[in-house]
Amino acid sequence: MNPWLQHLPVLPVLIPLLAGALMLLTRDSQRRLRVTLGAVALGLMALTALMLVRATQGIGAPHWPDGIGVYLLGNWPAPFGIVLVADRLAALMLGLTAVLGLCAWIYATARWDRAGSHFHPLFLLIMMGLNGAFLAGDLFNLFVFFEILLTASYGLMLHGSGKRRVGAALHYIAVNLIASFLLLVAIALIYGLTGTLNLADLSVRALALHGADRQLFDSAAAILGAAFLIKAAAWPLNFWLPNTYSEAAAPVAALFAIMTKVGIYALLRIGSLLLPAGAPAAFGGAWMFPAGIATLAFGTLGMLASTQARRIAAYAIITSSGTLFAALGMPGATLTGPALYYLLSSVLALGALFLLLELTERSQSFGADMLAITQEAFESDDPGAADLSGQAVGVPLPATMAFLGLSFFACALLIIGLPPLSGFVAKFSLLSAALRTAEYGAPTVNVWLLVAAMLSSGVAGLIALGRCGVRLFWVPEDLHVPTLRLNEAIPILVLLSACVLLTARAGSVMAYLEDTAWYLDQPGRYVEAVLGQDPHVFPAPDAGHGGRR
Amino acid sequence: MEWILALAIGVLAGSGVWLLLRPRTFQFIMGLALLGYAVNLFIFAMGRLRVDAPPVIDPAWADPARYADPLPQALVLTAIVIGFATTALFLVVLLASRGMSDTDHVDGEEHRP
Repeated sequence: MNPWLQHLPVLPVLIPLLAGALMLLTRDSQRRLRVTLGAVALGLMALTALMLVRATQGIGAPHWPDGIGVYLLGNWPAPFGIVLVADRLAALMLGLTAVLGLCAWIYATARWDRAGSHFHPLFLLIMMGLNGAFLAGDLFNLFVFFEILLTASYGLMLHGSGKRRVGAALHYIAVNLIASFLLLVAIALIYGLTGTLNLADLSVRALALHGADRQLFDSAAAILGAAFLIKAAAWPLNFWLPNTYSEAAAPVAALFAIMTKVGIYALLRIGSLLLPAGAPAAFGGAWMFPAGIATLAFGTLGMLASTQARRIAAYAIITSSGTLFAALGMPGATLTGPALYYLLSSVLALGALFLLLELTERSQSFGADMLAITQEAFESDDPGAADLSGQAVGVPLPATMAFLGLSFFACALLIIGLPPLSGFVAKFSLLSAALRTAEYGAPTVNVWLLVAAMLSSGVAGLIALGRCGVRLFWVPEDLHVPTLRLNEAIPILVLLSACVLLTARAGSVMAYLEDTAWYLDQPGRYVEAVLGQDPHVFPAPDAGHGGRR
Repeated sequence: MEWILALAIGVLAGSGVWLLLRPRTFQFIMGLALLGYAVNLFIFAMGRLRVDAPPVIDPAWADPARYADPLPQALVLTAIVIGFATTALFLVVLLASRGMSDTDHVDGEEHRP
């Protein structure tokens, strides 16, 4: 086996960090260099994620027992050193991030990366934060990677500037700073009680807590959960989201589609590891289910009430978060697999929708004007902008409106959950799994509440997106066909065909996800893998002679 | 000592939260700073309060139980750096918002009754 392959789990963090740092050494005007670097880095990240997904399945090069790869940074054994853990869930999220990131980035190279400075380094740093958060094996590094991705997201959120965008960013940053403080308080409390920050070690030590310590631990976990619920946009902690997502630049908003899922990932991961000790309220059904139903209701009403297309998309993100909360808040692990499938499908679809909406808004001529003005403001004294004239004209693709219309239709089908695409498979499997949990003693009221909330959110999505589609595509008077560049059309096509692939290969994808869910339900294996990982022993210099000193 | 520290954290956090709920961005950033101090002190306190105890231990000649926990000190250092950086970044956004909207209200517009 290639000895370098053991370093696979650290690559998703290292590649974007190095590429982002190198880019900072270049100037904004050296755009071609930055784009090349970015393409190489994002391509490598996608490759690494693919290899990790295969490795966690037991196919391919690094052989990990149970498919859990543990990487000891600094070669210290687990509870003392920092660990990165690549298991099925982490590999899945890394893969999703890589696909979405690559598509959003390709889209941005068409024009958005020139609407402000340092787009490319920020984009790579946010990818690093996302990847790191999925791999982190201890609470404090989870916090640090959260901060990295949030700080980069502040920069990206402000990208393109403008009064409304800065106003929305102000709220977004404020809410996230406070959430970070909550996270810190919770982490400090947990450390004070258990003396550990390593998630696997925490899972073991939480068992030994009882009495007042246990109560304090539960409140610490509740604060931790509240911090993650803010990031994951659970009602009533999500009023920052619609403004932020609808004001962000299109490729940024598309990438943000995965940001709420980081919070859900953290809740799922920590909830699974605290299972043996009895998951505290925030990670179990006690909070997640009602929060999920409320979030779903809020998202549904928001979609119906919105008039702007982008706000509908932002509320669709809230709806998808709500569905995930409600599904993961149901007892048992039956819904985890379908919920993860829903996560994949909804993130890809929402990413595509955000990209698409910007293109269609260009046909309304209003958005295009705004963008042109911001671009002009930033480009006016840029010496590297000489090649812009050719691109500003663009290459008109044949049947642009047909492409936009069909893609919008596909996105709508995916989000509403109508056949034949993966949105339907996701919702159908969620609903059928929910009905099955009734047999295992889940309260019948909850099951029907979930079914009703999901179906009504689908109906609301149908009404809202249908109305929105009519307004965008069926108004022939003031419609002018936008020029569409290939690197704007391809990302949308890739995202949508990923959804088609999810539908076509639903069986094998679902098998992987059911495996993931099973491992999440058996946190013992994760704990064993992390705590049992021995540091790498370097051979002594004289080992070849067979003798010891 | 516990009382003084607990009171200090409580007062800092309380004033911080009160300031966070005010409508002016400057008040908000002051609240953020105060809350940051409270959180950092809190992390520090989670390593238990020990005076005059060195954090680095050599188990060969010392009993680890007699020393302060070094980890929260490392954590708080990271938290301070991150808090400082994000506050600075927020200050820039605040000034940008002030410049664009001609008001220091957090919503970017004045709400007149």
